Amino acid sequence: MLLDSKIPEGPLAEKWEKHKFNVKLVNPANKRKYDVIVVGTGLAGSSAAASLAELGYNVKAFTYHDSPRRAHSIAAQGGINAAKNYQNDGDSVFRLFYDTVKGGDYRAREANVYRLAQVSVNIIDQCVAQGVPFAREYGGLLANRSFGGAQVSRTFYARGQTGQQLLLGAYSALSRQVAYGKVKLYTRSEMLDLVTVDGQARGIVTRHLITGEIETHAAHAVVLATGGYGNVFYLSTNAKYCNTTAAWRAHKKGAYFANPCFTQIHPTCIPVSGDYQSKLTLMSESLRNDGRVWVPKTVETAERLRKGEIKATDIAEGDRDYFLERKYPAFGNLVPRDVASRNAKQMCDEGRGVGTTGLAVYLDFAEIIQRIGADGVSQKYGNLFAMYEKITDEDPYKLPMRIYPAVHYTMGGLWVDYNLQTTIPGLYATGECNFSDHGANRLGASALMQGLADGYFVIPYTIGDYLAATAPKPVDTQHPAFAEAKAGVQARTEQLLAIKGTRTPDQFHKALGHVMWEYCGMARNAEGLRFAKTEIQRLRKEFWSDVRVAGTGEELNQTLEKAGRVADFIELGELMIDDALARNESCGGHFREEYQTPEGEALRDDENFAYVAAWEYQGENQPEKLNKEELTFENVKLTQRSYK
Amino acid sequence: MAGSNPNAKPMNLTLNVWRQPNRTTEGKIVEYKVKDISPEMSFLEMLDVLNEDLLHAGQDPVAFDHDCREGICGSCDLFINGRSHGPEKGTTTCQLHMRKFSDGDTITIEPWRANAFPVNKDLSVDRSAFDRIIQAGGYVSVNTGGVPDGNEIAIPKDIADRAFEAATCIACGACVAACKNASAMLFVSAKVSQLALLPQGKPERKTRVENMIAQMDKEGFGACSNIGSCAAECPVGISLENIAILNREYISAKATSNNLA
Repeated sequence: MLLDSKIPEGPLAEKWEKHKFNVKLVNPANKRKYDVIVVGTGLAGSSAAASLAELGYNVKAFTYHDSPRRAHSIAAQGGINAAKNYQNDGDSVFRLFYDTVKGGDYRAREANVYRLAQVSVNIIDQCVAQGVPFAREYGGLLANRSFGGAQVSRTFYARGQTGQQLLLGAYSALSRQVAYGKVKLYTRSEMLDLVTVDGQARGIVTRHLITGEIETHAAHAVVLATGGYGNVFYLSTNAKYCNTTAAWRAHKKGAYFANPCFTQIHPTCIPVSGDYQSKLTLMSESLRNDGRVWVPKTVETAERLRKGEIKATDIAEGDRDYFLERKYPAFGNLVPRDVASRNAKQMCDEGRGVGTTGLAVYLDFAEIIQRIGADGVSQKYGNLFAMYEKITDEDPYKLPMRIYPAVHYTMGGLWVDYNLQTTIPGLYATGECNFSDHGANRLGASALMQGLADGYFVIPYTIGDYLAATAPKPVDTQHPAFAEAKAGVQARTEQLLAIKGTRTPDQFHKALGHVMWEYCGMARNAEGLRFAKTEIQRLRKEFWSDVRVAGTGEELNQTLEKAGRVADFIELGELMIDDALARNESCGGHFREEYQTPEGEALRDDENFAYVAAWEYQGENQPEKLNKEELTFENVKLTQRSYK
Repeated sequence: MAGSNPNAKPMNLTLNVWRQPNRTTEGKIVEYKVKDISPEMSFLEMLDVLNEDLLHAGQDPVAFDHDCREGICGSCDLFINGRSHGPEKGTTTCQLHMRKFSDGDTITIEPWRANAFPVNKDLSVDRSAFDRIIQAGGYVSVNTGGVPDGNEIAIPKDIADRAFEAATCIACGACVAACKNASAMLFVSAKVSQLALLPQGKPERKTRVENMIAQMDKEGFGACSNIGSCAAECPVGISLENIAILNREYISAKATSNNLA
């Protein structure tokens, strides 16, 4: 199939306005005749469900949580970008667009990113109207901060819990539509397959997590807002339930998967402390504004630290290596996420890592504490220091923090066109679930912006266009396609229960995560990737013959849920390897060791790889087909990023 | 083993865990032993160890709710040794670490106990009553689009900060579990206060408080007798002051509203 991104004609700044005029409208009486399924109730899902219901569509919203408010958007800390230029510091829609395209290392679509920057200003207004308590100045107006190395202050925030407040705003809008009867809410319902009829997305199959009942639901269009797949690595900053199943099931039904190898590894997370570790916790990026990153100069000193013979504070200034300041004198500790992460890994690979595991570097606040005092530091970072102490039992006012990179976000996802429609007509993907706006690396405070842009301001227009243009015929769950999909889900559930092997889903998940992290993590090379592929294929075989799930399918069975998710992660992991192998360049979060500058930085190949890799499923055990969407840049000049 | 402390000693513990197959079957406390628990583990990682042991032994793992494991999603909800979220103040179960316990300890783990939160299985309870209370009025009635510029609504910083404090409720239900009456007043008051304080919430303040209270009563939560254990046990520090605001809003609405009977 030819990939048509459906980018509207005309100058960049006019595309969205023109497109909004050109889309077909559904008249108000007819909107009541259309049902839309929205899967996922995070920022992208709740905002879409509420906005579509307000327009008059009948919405069915699904979440596997007990409440829509638990979605992982709730955990976002830093803030949300918007090109308001309230600070009079030179921000504009074009600057936000430019920063995002450049930050993504020129692997995102210009038209989508420009639209994102345009609607960013509407998001803030919408959230304020809902009662989202953003930080304010003494004059009563909205406060901003700079974030993620941006040169302007365009980030709106609610202390260190912006995601929570934005999600509760979207959840309140959703709750209002539930009360009006325009949204039917299905909680504790996990999507396990997509139903297509005549090539169009017409419904889903779900499992009710409390009763185990397999249910089918029909609609005229389906929106997937099911988040990212960072948990393919087992350990990540994602919540434990975050998974790829809904997106992966859609992929196997015909939706292309774009740039799966583009994953973001965040440099400042609390390190792993043992084999039992179940997840990783982020320490906000803002800490690098004042903390200095270092390791001991010698392996011997690092070994003594790891054995507990000495403390960080025992090491003399001259025996420390402030490696970011040494290697990048211009940017120092403020280099972008991908660069900071790779360098920390390199230090640990050299044997100079700290902590008992040797997989950590120091983030030291001694200098700023001396300069402005512990009270001053507490005012800036108090909640983060407290959280660090709660988890590690170490006082960061006295000892430097130990940090290590961790998987945080996935830029890849379901391929979508300008309308956010996947390659299956009637199936849409929004938020982290799609691939669209961040290229090969996402900038800080941009994830919340994209989720809400898609849900509040894009989908309500583009779904109407699809429904008006195609006028899909009514279909109900009596159609044989629903029975077929349901039987497939039941058979898979029974298969997982019947294996009765010796290894738990978590054991397989950890093994997968280890392979992905070692060979498809911060640095990749062809040899390692090829080895990882055989490892994952072996793991997949072992999984389907040796996984152990207790209990039955007719009850709350968290092991069964986990097993199904791990099975899909294993398949996705293999595709990520294929994608990383096929992209013979380094860009953003994808660092291929064979492709680097003499200084060891990522070396892009714009001539051969300025494309979106969109993978097409070809059937069980068949290699997937690579389709390419060429990226054209008419408004920004492609440059080599340098932070020296 | 330990990340920060190479000398941390592993612990052996006895767990008394509430097991209940489903909503309609009677439950009971079952004793389990867990060995070699690192003090660096979180409480839920300790339960992960128990569940992996049970699964290997061919037994049904203990069901419990959890997700973000960083104290913000509000999913985790264990009643540990008779306390909501266990012994440490201002901490959700997922952020409680085993270093707060000692080798040889016996730990009793129960689900939230409240009529309005029926048990799904083992330690997992149904908190959908909270969603229905929000649906009764915990919002500002604005549609997407057509709203004024964010800076057209000036809000004094102290008002914005107080609204924010109330808005940080994570809806875990610890307040209900801690209350001898199983009252949901702290949860309801947090949302009512946030929106009553902000100019955006004022047009609907009367109907909101009446509808949310009516739904709260309908769900079977108990009355408030001003003991304050809810605020004392709240993991995110929602203040008792919010209940005072809720009472004021409610009385004022009842005295002046002509919207409702």
